[in-house]
Amino acid sequence: MSLALDESAAPILEVREVAVHFSGLIAIASMSFAVPEGEIVSLIGPNGAGKTTAFNVITGFLKPTGGRVLFRGTDLTRLSSNRIAGLGVVRTFQRTSIFAGCTVFDNVLTGMHRQGRAETWGALLRLASVRAETGRMRAAAAEILAFVGLSHRAGELAGNLAYGEQRLLGIAIALAADPKLLLLDEPAAGLNPSETEAFMGVVQRIRDRGVTILLVEHDMRMVMTISDRVVVLNHGRIIAEGPPEVIRANPDVIQAYLGQGVKHAKG
Amino acid sequence: MTARLLPWLFVLVMAVGPLWLGDQYILYVLTSTGIFIIGAMSLNLLLGYTGQLSLGHIAFFGIGAYTSALLSLGFDLDLGGAEPFVLGPQPVWVAFLGGILVAALFGFLIGKLAFRVRGAYFVIVTISFAQVMRMVALNWVDLTEGPMALNNIPPLSVWLPWDGVIPLYRKEYNYLLVLAVAVVCFLVIQRLVQSRVGRALVALRENESLARSVGIDVTRYLVVATVIAAGMAGAAGGLYTHYIRIVDPDVFMFIYTVTMVIMVVTGGKGTLAGPIVGGLAFGILPEVLREVARPEVQWIIYGVAMIVVVFFLPQGIVPAVRNWFAGRRKRVAATALGLRKETSA
Ligand SMILES: Nc1ncnc2c1ncn2[C@@H]1O[C@H](COP(=O)(O)OP(=O)(O)OP(=O)(O)O)[C@@H](O)[C@H]1O
Ligand SMILES: [Mg+2]
Repeated sequence: MSLALDESAAPILEVREVAVHFSGLIAIASMSFAVPEGEIVSLIGPNGAGKTTAFNVITGFLKPTGGRVLFRGTDLTRLSSNRIAGLGVVRTFQRTSIFAGCTVFDNVLTGMHRQGRAETWGALLRLASVRAETGRMRAAAAEILAFVGLSHRAGELAGNLAYGEQRLLGIAIALAADPKLLLLDEPAAGLNPSETEAFMGVVQRIRDRGVTILLVEHDMRMVMTISDRVVVLNHGRIIAEGPPEVIRANPDVIQAYLGQGVKHAKG
Repeated sequence: MTARLLPWLFVLVMAVGPLWLGDQYILYVLTSTGIFIIGAMSLNLLLGYTGQLSLGHIAFFGIGAYTSALLSLGFDLDLGGAEPFVLGPQPVWVAFLGGILVAALFGFLIGKLAFRVRGAYFVIVTISFAQVMRMVALNWVDLTEGPMALNNIPPLSVWLPWDGVIPLYRKEYNYLLVLAVAVVCFLVIQRLVQSRVGRALVALRENESLARSVGIDVTRYLVVATVIAAGMAGAAGGLYTHYIRIVDPDVFMFIYTVTMVIMVVTGGKGTLAGPIVGGLAFGILPEVLREVARPEVQWIIYGVAMIVVVFFLPQGIVPAVRNWFAGRRKRVAATALGLRKETSA
């Protein structure tokens, strides 16, 4: 912990010259950026800029056409998505993604999968160690639900939650997987201003827990308020990078957004 | 507390009731239904919990049946060498376990395959798998006797303190044995689905991308589920083979898979009690109908009953009953609340 200063400067994630081509369409031409440990970094850009594609590459849902992604020095591009999550790189989805047929509590418990050890034999024999583990995991799941403020919905079917609550649950599931680096894909999409406000608080509190955050978000107020650093993507290329104040004043960025016809307003 | 005792009370009634009635025909119907219910429970593990539709499930049942029969009878196999490979008759329980193991092995292969081909293709592959097995059983006459069937399969045996080791010719013993195996399978499935492994299976059914994003190795857990489901279906096949004591290639017929699917879907897929409720209903119904209706009418009633259940209770009988009770509890609570309000006003 005495090295906290140095660690905060070291990148936890490095994206190096990543390119993604979809049979002719170039979604990402060449993208390089780094995420310093402990920060909130936002990846912004107009619709279709390649943000979600970048997330898919980092988390192993998509193999890049070229380039590398390094997480604390480990190349992620060779690993399967579940292995990458196992290293502590966890993402949420742009489209609300939950286990709709399960209770809210079970959703979080399922998210905690990699914190458990119990396998088939242990489960069948109901070993003492497995029962103890189940107890620990249930307590931790309850704690996560309290953290995002969904405790009162624990017994409800996830599919029955209101939209905003489902977005929160999506984050709770990702948190349950104990991320070191959390990638949030438009967490506030479709939320009203007061819900967005609450989400900003949640994201900041996650960072305060020591989780590094890479955020994709169209809500500029949220991005500019909570980011330590902003990376701007347009047509599959990075056009600007820096602290929010600098990005806000960058003419290329303004041009990219205005040229798109203020699409970010539609959320 | 009652919720925990209820299943055991059910087992007790099922154990004592039919024996007390003492009707050989009822025992026969319940035994064969029980064997199918074990098959349906194993299918439910795949269809209900992992969400994968295998329409070749009867293949595991048939593989278990044939393997157990062959091991208990002994066989010789001409492998092209100078001497044929000869295996003498094995003890029935060794044969039974062998059937489970071989079925589980095929489950492993199908589970691996399930991740290469998904959805409709997987359904087709599994149907073909069962058909290929049927062809093998029909045409590998040296081993399986083909359409002539394997006959004189020894019954399973049991050690009783007052009798020593006795072969289970009597219907009562066979019935109790099937009931015991069903209880074991139920407990295995229950413990599995209520564990971390079970949550991984359900995660695969509910949302595969999300499951992978939190680090669940879905491939591995699907293979675990198919191995266990196939082994259980193989056990059901073994019970069948040593009970009926004859097995022919028709054991692989598609209609049997369909029967198991009907049992699971009408009872409630993804519920523990579903295959049992659906299995009892649609296993016993044909026998009841046989008493009261002509054959063609029997099938019409059977079909209509099935459609009615699926149409009005798309989730199946068990979830419908559960929802009804939950709704009633809510209504009762609401009226109680209303009453209190009225008295306080
Ligand atoms: N699987 C795919 N196959 C073909 N093209 C794709 C695929 N995924 C994305 N694309 C294309 O790649 C480009 C980048 O898409 P991406 O989803 O990454 O954009 P985005 O920045 O997340 O946009 P938004 O803000 O609308 O979410 C788009 O032109 C999109 O149509
Ligand atoms: Mg996107």
